[in-house]
Amino acid sequence: MLENEKEICNCNMIEEFMNKIFKTYLPEKDNLIQILNEVQDEFGYIPKTAQEKISEFLKIPMAEIYGVITFYSRFTLEPKGKYTISVCLGTACYVKGSQKIMDRLKERLKIEPGQTTEDGMFSIDQTRCVGACGLAPVFTVNGEVYGKATVKKLDEVLDRIKIRRIRGLGFGDGFKILIIKNRDFKPVPESLF
Amino acid sequence: MKTLEEIHKIKEEKRKELELRVHTDLDTREKHILVCHGTGCTSSKSIEILENFKNIIKEKNIKNVRVVKTGCFGLCAKGPIVIIRPEDTFYANCKPEDCEEIIQTHIVEGNKVERLLCKDIDGKIVNSLDELNFYKKQKRIALKNCGVINPEDIDEYIAFDGYMALEKVLKNMSQDEVIDEIKKSGLRGRGGAGFPTGQKWELTKNVDSEQKYVVCNADEGDPGAFMDRSILEGDPHCVLEAMIIAGYSIGANKGYIYVRAEYPIAVQRLQTAIDQAKEYGILGKNIFESGFDFDIEIRLGAGAFVCGEETALLESIEGRRGHPRVKPPYPAQSGLWGKPTLINNVETYANITKIIINGADWYNKIGTKNSKGTKVFALGGNVNNTGLVEVPMGTTLREIVYDIGGGIPNNREFKAAQTGGPSGGCIPKEHLDTPIDYESLKEIGSMMGSGGLIVMDDTKCMVSLAKFYLDFTVSESCGKCTPCRIGTKRMHEILEKICNGDGTEIDIIRLEKLALNVKDSSICGLGQSAPNPVLSTLKYFREEYKEHVTYKQCRSKECKNLAQIEIDASKCKGCGICQKNCPVNSIEGEGREIRKINQDKCIKCGTCLTKCPFNAIK
Repeated sequence: MLENEKEICNCNMIEEFMNKIFKTYLPEKDNLIQILNEVQDEFGYIPKTAQEKISEFLKIPMAEIYGVITFYSRFTLEPKGKYTISVCLGTACYVKGSQKIMDRLKERLKIEPGQTTEDGMFSIDQTRCVGACGLAPVFTVNGEVYGKATVKKLDEVLDRIKIRRIRGLGFGDGFKILIIKNRDFKPVPESLF
Repeated sequence: MKTLEEIHKIKEEKRKELELRVHTDLDTREKHILVCHGTGCTSSKSIEILENFKNIIKEKNIKNVRVVKTGCFGLCAKGPIVIIRPEDTFYANCKPEDCEEIIQTHIVEGNKVERLLCKDIDGKIVNSLDELNFYKKQKRIALKNCGVINPEDIDEYIAFDGYMALEKVLKNMSQDEVIDEIKKSGLRGRGGAGFPTGQKWELTKNVDSEQKYVVCNADEGDPGAFMDRSILEGDPHCVLEAMIIAGYSIGANKGYIYVRAEYPIAVQRLQTAIDQAKEYGILGKNIFESGFDFDIEIRLGAGAFVCGEETALLESIEGRRGHPRVKPPYPAQSGLWGKPTLINNVETYANITKIIINGADWYNKIGTKNSKGTKVFALGGNVNNTGLVEVPMGTTLREIVYDIGGGIPNNREFKAAQTGGPSGGCIPKEHLDTPIDYESLKEIGSMMGSGGLIVMDDTKCMVSLAKFYLDFTVSESCGKCTPCRIGTKRMHEILEKICNGDGTEIDIIRLEKLALNVKDSSICGLGQSAPNPVLSTLKYFREEYKEHVTYKQCRSKECKNLAQIEIDASKCKGCGICQKNCPVNSIEGEGREIRKINQDKCIKCGTCLTKCPFNAIK
């Protein structure tokens, strides 16, 4: 289990959040998955502090909570990167070539699905169907869906994020509009990064 | 709280307002702009489109126009979709910037925006929904309200006979009468296995217990299937109503909907629907003054495919790892917390209200001898009209793929259709004319499944497709029973070996034997059906397996290690980018010459494929 500095200083925040959601649930064992879902949505992973709190609240051993977390693919024990890119590998997307997009993503970021880059910027996820089969193949960046994807489109998105990072710009709402407006945008050589 | 009289009044008043949604020839000055808010369209900006419409109408102070968000229209390939009623104009692939033009030209001036009108596959411009080939052979029962009503407004649901089935049941029918009606209708479970619904209800009713539960299985994990999600997003109230009816007939007063957390829109609309129903007194104590109480709670899944299996789902609701239980006892005898539990799929519930209102005799006239009614399919893959289709049972695959789906893109040839997701099998060209129902699909080695229907053209390799599905079941196997946990893993390894070009004839025989073993000895439906993709591809595409092992060839060039990478001389411009990037210097040629690959040196890494700016390398 991961206990980095970030988590230690977030302890108070986590405790505060946990106390808040405990007010909305009865201390019954069947609420475990609902509570874990809320924690996952809030922090992007399930911190150890949160697990301890849940264990006390629901009177379930830590080991059992750990078992539930590792069983369900939606829960993670490590913080995700700032940008989580998920490629849909559902059948409809697979048939239309999403494996190529996944391969390209792995090649560019040099990590495997489920991992995060060392600088904490990117995570890769593989999802089974986000339900946008009509737009296959599909990948999402932090939940925003990019339909009818191609390797080129993925490259453009990655390049955009990297450039904005060099210039010290954030990845705000303007990001998507930028991509759409700059259709003739040329990738910047890797050596610049 | 609303009394029955008040609800009847809402129905009458609202129905008058909404009449133009269903009658295209209505003479009225009022117009409704319907914007699809299913997941497909919202991911391509339909929320922004709706906002734009509202702002423009407010700005220009236009009267008699209403902008409505609706559920899925079905034709996701053309999304975002905007439909203007009563004239039924169908605008496809709309963008937020187009709103201004639609309002100005269509609403103010009364002309159609030609460039946005939907085109059929043959290029013909379509003026209204009914003209589209996509809708001609469909019959919408489960999806009746999807794309007609605003899913977040209970009044609109009531206007189209909503909660009337519940009233009929609570006021005029006994428990046995409801169950008889469902039995007579011939409705079978739409979750995949096709167990007769009425019989399931009767079994649960006959168990003597103080506490019983009704559960709705909305854990639609099959990749490529999204009909349950569309029903929940487009018409959440019809599921609630059917669950209350089910509760009344079996004697339960608590219901759970187990829905995937990956469907945020569906979850939110369900919650809204439950809140509204509670506000109207349709959920809660003493519903319609009949003395019957019922309450529904939502439970979120957390991304485990096996939780779609009914007993694993129950474990998950109880807050544990989703391990399937050994059957019997069936959930009807001992389900949630050991109490008798009725579990049905979303689509099954969506049929119930229509059966109660229109009668079992109306319903059992639709469909084939043993499979009644309609089935919703999520049509995807290499087909022109991807989206949601609802057809009567007994429709042939050819009708679905060619008439409704509009055929295969780029004039390619149909190779196979895959039904039932990772639990189903592939249907080859020879069986295109088989009428689809539960029995016929089983006979040809596939299954109905929840309703994903993926079409594949001749560029797909069937061996790697089987590998793809096994990859899925390996990662989703819960690990409780050995045949599934280890068997699927070994099957996957053999397939990997074949795809890499290291396979032998014996591997094929071993694979088949292992597949049959896993099928016979697994505990739950996941393991029992996991070998289906392997067995059906072995049955219909055995020669492809043989080519992989004897000639080390993959005819569709999908298996990288078996494919030869070649440069198309007609497309190559001699830029030399591939040459620069090749890690083993296997590409020959100088200057502006057309390049060639030296097959002896090539390691098939595929770098040149992605680098070529002209797509000349294949």
